[in-house]
Amino acid sequence: MIMTNVGTVPGKKIVEHFGIVQGSTVRAKHFGRDMMAGLKNLVGGELKGYTELLQESRQEAMDRMSEQARLMGANAVVNIRFATSSVAQGAAELFAYGTAVRVE
Amino acid sequence: MLEVILGNLDLFLFLLLMVLGYTCGTIAEKRHYKSIIKREKELIKLMLVNAEGRFADGAVHESFLVSGSMVVSNDYFKRLLAILRNFFGGRVTAYESLIDRARREAILRMKEEAKSKGAHMIVNLRLETSTIGRSANKKNSVGSIEALAYGTAVVMNRP
Repeated sequence: MIMTNVGTVPGKKIVEHFGIVQGSTVRAKHFGRDMMAGLKNLVGGELKGYTELLQESRQEAMDRMSEQARLMGANAVVNIRFATSSVAQGAAELFAYGTAVRVE
Repeated sequence: MLEVILGNLDLFLFLLLMVLGYTCGTIAEKRHYKSIIKREKELIKLMLVNAEGRFADGAVHESFLVSGSMVVSNDYFKRLLAILRNFFGGRVTAYESLIDRARREAILRMKEEAKSKGAHMIVNLRLETSTIGRSANKKNSVGSIEALAYGTAVVMNRP
């Protein structure tokens, strides 16, 4: 599955459009990691636990999106956009959407 | 001496946290900026644009999505500074440097991913920031900030 965030796939021609595909996931880190993040809040710096968490969940959202695209018979997703929102304390929703297309 | 400390435990705890936050936060920030500047110099040859590229037929070998992100949080001391700033108004430099650091690091991570996959340029860069974590839904508080950078890496057909 080819993924790009531009309107086309550079170097390839789009032959068919299938419409919007999307994938989302809501994740929370376990209690221990949350405690660590709380401690890290005192000294500042990168919260590695959260960075990993968001990377994993973004990958998950993209997997769901590409699965949906595959079922439609597409072989590429173009114009991908990401959105993040916090739905509750310590939990975040990761959302990815794009247009499923078939390229040559 | 011990009695004085025990008698004003809350005050001493506050001072301790402030000093701890100040020293650790300052050292970490300096070190981080140093590494950011060093890596930015190394990766400057990898072209990065935020416009959709137009490519000639047959010029592109492959294209794929790359992304990089960083979650960063402020230290105790700077958070207090920011609260004071809220009172008087003006530039909140404590948060300016925080977001700047996170964004540049996110871009660097994206570039590193693209470089490791052999890309020659990145087009259509998009940047996004969001607040996450415990304090995300509380009013008037900036907890941890996530900076996300993503774009399309392009591998060219080079002769």
